[in-house]
Amino acid sequence: MSVDKDTVRRIAKLARLAVPEARLEPMAGELNGIFQWVEMLGEVNVEGVPAMTSVVAQKLKWREDKVTDGNQADALMINAPGGEDHFFVVPKVVE
Amino acid sequence: MPTSKSDLIAMTLAEARDAIRAKKISSRELTGAFVSAIEKARPLNAFITEAGEKALAMAEASDKRIASGQIGALEGLPLAIKDLFCTKGTRTTAASKILGNFVPPYESTVTQNLWDAGAVMLGKTNLDEFAMGSSNETSAFGNVINPWRAKNSNVNLVPGGSSGGSSAAVAADLCLAATGTDTGGSIRQPAAVTGRVGLKPTYGRCSRFGVVAFASSLDQAGPMTKTVKDAAIMLKTMASVDAKDSTSVDIEVPDYEKLLEGGIKGLRVGIPKEYRIDGVPAEINALWTKGAEWLKAQGAEIVDVSLPHTKYALPTYYIVAPAEASSNLARYDGVKFGYRAEGVRDITDLYEKSRGQGFGAEVQRRILIGTYVLSAGYYDAYYSRAQKLRTLIKRDFEQAFEKCDVLLTPTTPGPAFGVGAKTSDPLEMYLQDVFTVTVNLAGLPGISVPAGLTESGLPLGLQLIGKAFDEATLLRAALAVETAADFKHSPAKWWSV
Repeated sequence: MSVDKDTVRRIAKLARLAVPEARLEPMAGELNGIFQWVEMLGEVNVEGVPAMTSVVAQKLKWREDKVTDGNQADALMINAPGGEDHFFVVPKVVE
Repeated sequence: MPTSKSDLIAMTLAEARDAIRAKKISSRELTGAFVSAIEKARPLNAFITEAGEKALAMAEASDKRIASGQIGALEGLPLAIKDLFCTKGTRTTAASKILGNFVPPYESTVTQNLWDAGAVMLGKTNLDEFAMGSSNETSAFGNVINPWRAKNSNVNLVPGGSSGGSSAAVAADLCLAATGTDTGGSIRQPAAVTGRVGLKPTYGRCSRFGVVAFASSLDQAGPMTKTVKDAAIMLKTMASVDAKDSTSVDIEVPDYEKLLEGGIKGLRVGIPKEYRIDGVPAEINALWTKGAEWLKAQGAEIVDVSLPHTKYALPTYYIVAPAEASSNLARYDGVKFGYRAEGVRDITDLYEKSRGQGFGAEVQRRILIGTYVLSAGYYDAYYSRAQKLRTLIKRDFEQAFEKCDVLLTPTTPGPAFGVGAKTSDPLEMYLQDVFTVTVNLAGLPGISVPAGLTESGLPLGLQLIGKAFDEATLLRAALAVETAADFKHSPAKWWSV
């Protein structure tokens, strides 16, 4: 499998990352170097091996479904790059 | 009894604690000495945010508590905090432009535990952007310079990474101890190349709440200290069972400092043969052999073990970690917090430009790797296979631990290298973590202890790896290495003339 310029453009789009046109080709080269190296995992027989889901043997904790830390709207807004009252401001999304 | 400022800052955490309790020094006096040392050490660029005023206020409050007899476990002790831990009211950047102005309205659990125990915050230390790096050269706030220099050399060296600001701060006596985080070696590797102690606890031992996420199944906070005893003291307070982190494990935190005593007679120390790899300098392997002899001389039994999937650990890591990072970093979109690009056409343009301008090159590279390995058609070939490899790597350790109690390995494949020496090839940089990354994949605790100097006068560390939640045994073995190595070296303070 080889990553080309168009693949980089496609995954950059999926990642919502603006990668300048001039960076696409060099990035494809860098990613190829890394993907060629990880190809070595292909030589391991993983048949019947379960994929790891948790590194420690503990069941995910459950808690009661109730608010533990509510009414923080003011605190949530203090770092907003665009905010008015308790609303995040973004460019128009509906014509 | 310390008299001068340089005596004060050279104390270990344990010594300072005892001096404060005995009322030989005040927290104000101690904190003041560190604040001025930090100001003089700006050429190292170890701190992103210095918090001198806040530190002195915290110290004064601590002195009042001491006067009234309220003395916490870390009462009055000045610490440096990696700028990945959210600190309420103090800017937390993750060394990224995208969080350049972020002031958290909440506190991470680990730092809250430290303040609740009476500790004082000196400031926020530099790191690789989002903890992605092994040399502290990906920070949006500039490189950190290692306080150590090779013999007869003025060449600036890297302090390791990603916790490079913390490692430099501890080695340069800019704090009594620091916090770090370790996803693939980011506590142990920088500690090793700065001649200090770095402990990565078992996954789930320290809460991840309020720590800026990189790869959530691998990230773990831990202490960076001058001594093993200091690491035991710090871990006791940093670790907790936390309802705010669902992966925090319900096991009581023992008194690691008390458990340090007792020696290592009969301890079985495993030597994994796969850690002898090509291209590693002879002096590192020689130090490793010496480490085994030190432990044997103190009554340990040396056992040869095998961890057959070791060579697959790094490539596995470079699938799992970027995959998790690409998901975790999706939250930085220029809407709710963080950097927002100007002059955008629409909402998608806002996301793409904010992220494109806000993230640095290495972070972008890892987001793209992660997005690719999780994308339709590639998930099974990459991500799913890597998760199976992770199971095999963990099994290797489980089998090895049937024959031994701890493992002994080198920490790094070399000493600190020059600034810029390894930045052109990402793979070469990734190889820095070859001995440390297995531990994160298996969720185990690991510690690096300074063990010797290279011929050129640079520090090297030895790594011990323990069983899950057996930090007590790990620390006891580390103390044995520390005692035998008797590493008393410190860098010359060339930055403060």
